Amino acid sequence: MIFNMKFKGVSFEKKLLYMFFELILITYSIMIILPLINMFISSLKSTREIFMFPYSLPQSISFKNYVQVWIKGNFGIYFLNSVIVTGSSLFLTLFLGSLAAYAIARYSYKLNTLIYLIFLSGIMLPLKSAIISLFLMMKTLRLLNTYWALISVYTAMSLPSTVFILTGFMRSLPRDLENAARIDGCSEFGIYRRIILPLSKQGLAIVAIYNGVPIWNDFFFPLVFIQNDKLKTLPLGMTVFFGQYQTNWGLLFAALSIAIIPIITVYILLSNQFIRGITAGAIK
Amino acid sequence: MRSRRAKQGLWIAIFVLPALIMVGIFIIAPLFLSFYNSLYNWDGIKRRDFIGLRNFASIFSQYPYKDRFFNAIKHNIIWFIATMLFQNSIGLFFGYLLSRRIKGSEIYKRIFFIPVTFSLVAVGFLWALYLNPIWGIVNKTLKQIGLSGLAHTWLGDARLATPTIIAVNIWRWLGFPTLIFYAGINNIPEEYIEAAYLDGSNEWSLFWKIIFPLIIPSVTIITVLTFIGSLNVFEQIYVMEGLDGGPFYSTDTLGTLFYRTAFGSVDTGLPEIGIGSAIGVVIYVLTFTASATSALLLRRKEVEL
Repeated sequence: MIFNMKFKGVSFEKKLLYMFFELILITYSIMIILPLINMFISSLKSTREIFMFPYSLPQSISFKNYVQVWIKGNFGIYFLNSVIVTGSSLFLTLFLGSLAAYAIARYSYKLNTLIYLIFLSGIMLPLKSAIISLFLMMKTLRLLNTYWALISVYTAMSLPSTVFILTGFMRSLPRDLENAARIDGCSEFGIYRRIILPLSKQGLAIVAIYNGVPIWNDFFFPLVFIQNDKLKTLPLGMTVFFGQYQTNWGLLFAALSIAIIPIITVYILLSNQFIRGITAGAIK
Repeated sequence: MRSRRAKQGLWIAIFVLPALIMVGIFIIAPLFLSFYNSLYNWDGIKRRDFIGLRNFASIFSQYPYKDRFFNAIKHNIIWFIATMLFQNSIGLFFGYLLSRRIKGSEIYKRIFFIPVTFSLVAVGFLWALYLNPIWGIVNKTLKQIGLSGLAHTWLGDARLATPTIIAVNIWRWLGFPTLIFYAGINNIPEEYIEAAYLDGSNEWSLFWKIIFPLIIPSVTIITVLTFIGSLNVFEQIYVMEGLDGGPFYSTDTLGTLFYRTAFGSVDTGLPEIGIGSAIGVVIYVLTFTASATSALLLRRKEVEL
C-alpha cells in the first residue's frame, strides 16, 4: 500500500517521524506488560519483600501465597463456580440460540421477520438498569442464591446477539445438502443436528467468545443475586477476599494472578479468535 | 403435503419458543416492570400506592435525591468526554498506525488487546494496589526518579479520583477502539486511496478527506458504545472507591447511585425501590435512545454509500 509505514526508501524526516511513532507504541506496550509482570513477581514474594524491595525478584521462589489463596481464600470454590456458571450459560445459549437461528434462517413463514426483530431489539437493552425488577422476580421464583439465577440471566442476555450472529451465518450456507437430507427422510431436528450445526462451528466459536468473556468477568449479577459464599464466582469472590486480607499484599497479588493469568494464557493460544470474537458486535 | 407443513410449523415452534421465552421473561419483562414499579410508592419491598411520575419529580427536584442525581450524572458526562477525548482519539491514532503496517504492528495489536479480556474487578484491584499512596509502585517509582512532586494520593483526593479511575479504565479498554478503527481503515478499498494519492494529496489530508469520512460507521459505533459504557460505569467505582463513590461522592456515578438507592441507600440506609426504579428507567431510556439513534444513523450511511 502507498502509505505503508516502511523505513526503506523514505525521506529522513519521515524516518524520524516513524521512529517517534514506534517509540510511542513500544512505550504503551511496556505500560501494559510491565504491571502484569510485576503482579506475577509480587505474587511470589512476602508482603514485607514487596514493601521493602518493590523492583527486585523474589528471594526464593515459593508458591505458598497461591496455596493459601486457593484453599483458605476459597478461590478453588470461586473458580469452580465461575466454570460451572459460564459453562452452563454458554451451553444453553449456544443450544437454544442455534435452534432459534436455524428456525429463522432456514425456513420461510409469516412470523419469521417478526421473531427475528424481537431478538434483534434485545441486543442493546441495558438489563442492569432493570436489576430491581429482576431481583424481585428472582425472589418470587425462589432463585436467589442459586446458580440458576445467574445462568438464566446470562443465557437470556446472550441469546439476542447469538441469534443475530448465527442467523447471518446460517443464511449463507448452501441449501442442497438440506434438501437432499429431507428427501432421504431426515427429520427437521436431524437436519439441524447433523447438517447445519456442524457447518456453523465457526459462528458458534465467535458467539462463544463474544458472550463467554463478559459472563466470565461479570461482577454485577452475582453481587445482587448471590449472598452464599459457597456459590460466589471469581470476580465477586475477589471482592470478599480483598476485604478480608487488605494488608497482606503477597496474597492479594497471588489472588489477582489467579484471576488474570488463566485468561492471558487462553488469549495467547487463541488471540485471533479472541479479537474477532470480542469485537464481533462492532465489526460486520 | 398439508400435514407436512403443519408438522414443520410445529418443529419451528419447538425451535424458536425456548429462546423467545427466555428473552421475554428475563430481558423484556423486567424492563417494563421497572417502569411500572417506578410509578408506585414503596414500603421496603412492598408495593403501596400509585403515585404517577412523582418518583421522577423527586429525582429532579427534591433534596437529597436531586443533589445526588446531578452530582452523579455530572461524573458520567466527565467519563464520556474524557473517554472520547483520550481513549478514542488515541485509539484512532493507534488504529491508523497499525493499519499502515508500521513495523511490529501484528505484535502491538495483540499486546494492546490483552487487558480488554480482563475483568474490571481484577483491573480495579490491581491498580488500586499500584496507586496506593504509601506502598504503591507508582508513587515509589516517581520518588525514585526524582519526581516526588508528582506523587499524589491518587484515589484519596477528591479532585484526582475520577481522572485516575478513568485513566485506569482507559488502560483496560484502549485496545478495543484501536482494533475497531484498525479494521475499519483496513476495509477501505485500495483504489480510493490510490486515486487520492494520484491527485497529489499528502498523508495528513488523505486521512481527513478520504479515510476519516469512510470510517464514520466505526466512529459512530465507538461513540455509542462509549456513551452506553459511560452511563453504566459501576464496577470501576465499586472496586476502587466503594459504593459511596468516595471521597465525598467525588466519584459517584448513576450506576453506584442507582445501586445504593435500590439496595440500601442514599443517606438513610434503606432501600427505596420506587426512586431506584425511576433512576433505572432514566438510565435505560438514555441508553436505548443512544443505540436507536446509532442504528438509524448507520442505516442512513449505508444508503448513501
